[in-house]
Amino acid sequence: MPTPSRYWREIPQRYRLEAAKCKKCGTVSFPPRLICPACKAREFETIILADNGKIITYTIIRVPPQPFADQAPYAAGIIELDDGVRLTGQIVDCNFEDLKIGGRVRIEFRKIFQEGESGIIYYGYKFVLE
Amino acid sequence: MREVAVIGVGMTKWGELWEKSLRQVFVETALLALDDAGVDKIDSLIVGSMSSGLFVGQEHLASLLADYLGQVPVPAARVESACASGGLALRTGFIEVASGMSDIVLVSGVEKMTDVSGHEATYALGTAADQEYECYHGITFPGLYALIARAHMEKYGTTREQLAMVAVKNHHNGSMNPLAQYPFKITVDSVLNSVLVADPLRVLDCSPITDGAAAIILCPVDLAKKMKNPVVKIIGSGQATDSIALSSRKDITWIESTFQAAKKAYAMAGKKPEDIDVIEVHDCFTIAEICVIEALGLVEKGKGGEATEKGLTSLQGRIPVNTSGGLKAKGHPVGATGVAQAIEVVKQLREEAGPRQIKDAKVGLTQNMGGSGGSSIVHVFERG
Amino acid sequence: MEGIVGYGAYIPRNRIKVEEIAKVWGADAASYKKGLLVEEKSVPSPDQDTITMSVEASKNALRRARIDPKEIGAVYIGSESHPYAVKPSGTVLAEAIGATPEVHTADFEFACKAGTEGMFVALSLVKAGEVKYGLAVGADTSQGAPGDALEYTAAAGAAAYIFGRENIVAEALETYSYTTDTPDFWRREYQYYPQHGGRFTGDPAYFKHIIGAAKGIMDKAAMKPSDFSYVIFHQPNGKFPFRVGEILGFVKKQIEPGWLVSKLGNAYSGSSPIGLTATLDISTPGDLILIVSYGSGAGSDAFVFRVTEKIVGVRDLAPKTRELLESNRNYLDYGTYAKFRQKIRKAE
Repeated sequence: MPTPSRYWREIPQRYRLEAAKCKKCGTVSFPPRLICPACKAREFETIILADNGKIITYTIIRVPPQPFADQAPYAAGIIELDDGVRLTGQIVDCNFEDLKIGGRVRIEFRKIFQEGESGIIYYGYKFVLE
Repeated sequence: MREVAVIGVGMTKWGELWEKSLRQVFVETALLALDDAGVDKIDSLIVGSMSSGLFVGQEHLASLLADYLGQVPVPAARVESACASGGLALRTGFIEVASGMSDIVLVSGVEKMTDVSGHEATYALGTAADQEYECYHGITFPGLYALIARAHMEKYGTTREQLAMVAVKNHHNGSMNPLAQYPFKITVDSVLNSVLVADPLRVLDCSPITDGAAAIILCPVDLAKKMKNPVVKIIGSGQATDSIALSSRKDITWIESTFQAAKKAYAMAGKKPEDIDVIEVHDCFTIAEICVIEALGLVEKGKGGEATEKGLTSLQGRIPVNTSGGLKAKGHPVGATGVAQAIEVVKQLREEAGPRQIKDAKVGLTQNMGGSGGSSIVHVFERG
Repeated sequence: MEGIVGYGAYIPRNRIKVEEIAKVWGADAASYKKGLLVEEKSVPSPDQDTITMSVEASKNALRRARIDPKEIGAVYIGSESHPYAVKPSGTVLAEAIGATPEVHTADFEFACKAGTEGMFVALSLVKAGEVKYGLAVGADTSQGAPGDALEYTAAAGAAAYIFGRENIVAEALETYSYTTDTPDFWRREYQYYPQHGGRFTGDPAYFKHIIGAAKGIMDKAAMKPSDFSYVIFHQPNGKFPFRVGEILGFVKKQIEPGWLVSKLGNAYSGSSPIGLTATLDISTPGDLILIVSYGSGAGSDAFVFRVTEKIVGVRDLAPKTRELLESNRNYLDYGTYAKFRQKIRKAE
């Protein structure tokens, strides 16, 4: 499970959805990278991703990994935000029957998991149906 | 580059091997391979193991195993590419022989997965996915493949039943494989009624947790011709990477790394998909086999489910896939799988596959894959 | 002139009805509903806490304020259910909205008035010229002990306010705080559930301090109840706000727009702040609004706001509070509620 430093390092992405837009070709990398996967250029500007998107594909996790033991079953999917960037995340506070490919979602800040009763609490983005 | 042959194979029954440690399964299978080849000294050892560190707390694996095999001071390396570690070990050994660096190379794949709890094993397997942007969000491997399955079903009309038929076919084949973890048949109904793991995938869509090892001896073809076994050559080797995060792929229903790796392997081998008589693919989940046979060019894109339903990939079909039982029935000790796939193809080309034998098998192919398609390794074999 | 530049609320979608709780404890639901004037309460999902709700409420406030978060000089969350005993909630919020690193952050607590405390301090810093904008949130996911009267009302929600001097939608005309040491409701460290003094929580506690603060601020501002279009009181149950309103000389229709407790429950530090957001949602320019919070222990913070014409262009920029309260509700059974609220003892 992530150590405080591994978690903290990704805060700009987990909390604010900060991504890197290639200055040369405009491809957006999330998380940010040092070299553009499309054109191999090395200069970027920081942008914030869109708040809304659509479901590309989804599943319902019924056999969860340990830190998520109490949360199952939960829905997770790949979401394409309105700016074209795709990310993976949970889709929460929904009835499973309402999930469909193409469904509209928006981002909400939620707890992802916590390390037992005494460890740190991990926050990040999840999706809710619009 | 020299031509490379497989001159020895060794494999023991796979399953939950409580009595056997990682060192033990490795040595047993390596000795079988050495005996099969009729050699007792090797020039190099390549071991494929996804995570001996997380499963049994053991790194520095290659040296440990070289010692336990009684082969020190032989140069030894462990290679890793998640679930394609075995295929990578094969490729690494192939390159060593082809380059002239070594003559006799022992390639082994080994994984001991039952010394940790189910949760810890799931965590270890999860390290093949993007830790910070996939696993962090609670996605599992069945989950990732379920995402692929749903997209494939939506785009191509692949059905739940077609997915089940992959498992049924592989169990049918596996029931004739004495080394398989689950050598019994299952039905489509039993798949459809098994417990949901990650919708739409169920327990019987998923390959199991397994302990096991497999070993192969490689040598230059000239040397092989002097030895007792029929010569089986490795005529093509291809490897390709792709982003490990599924969300970064252009088309989630298509395994680009397999397509790229196969392209290179076919080119090196001078073969086309139509030339392949027998194929072992990485059916970590039923949907994986469907996507892989498309990416290998064996069937048209999107038609993997249909091809399975029509029986094209059965033992009697035009393109028999996973005659060994695949990962589903044979088991999936992660690092060992890639090597075991090669052993099945070698046996087929040597005409030693018994009730699973494909008549007149002359050219075979193995496809081994890491994670959700972040790496793929394809080899083409030909009867010498 | 200083005041509210942006405001926003967040209410979780889950609810549990009084009947469902009463059924499990063998209590008379009808008499609880009648006595408390509460029908149901909000329940946070297991992945929600004071911090997550504060972030979402603040994002709504930012949608209305339309300012650069880097210009926020102070970020305060007031709650009695901060997720950590030691590690601030406010820093997570400050990072999430992009206000860091040049920002002052503190966590506030004072039972149910921690939210208005943060509001008082943020507003005062703006007034003093120390910060350009100050963000204050009242949020809670409080626990009620199983089977206790408070279990029927302890709910969850958040409201966020951005104070500043430009583009004000509601001018802050007056503030006043009334505080005494009154042990009516408390929770000792390491205890999971709070305790309370039963009927002692009424006259010497809630009523004394709200009345004290309301009278104090009206004296200070030279105003009387009929001057106000609306008033919001802290809502521990449905009855107290109307009773104290009556005692002070307010009428029902002044109280109703900000009275959410019958469907929301008592959102503790979010209670009167959320009520204020619902009131702002329906107010018209020129309206005078009085808000009086109450926190056990005990104290009340009071504010007088005057709505400006800027409210018209701003309130539709984020979800209205009644919409949040009414839409997408998911009713839970007691077992799921107990699981969500971690009231079930699990293995280590």
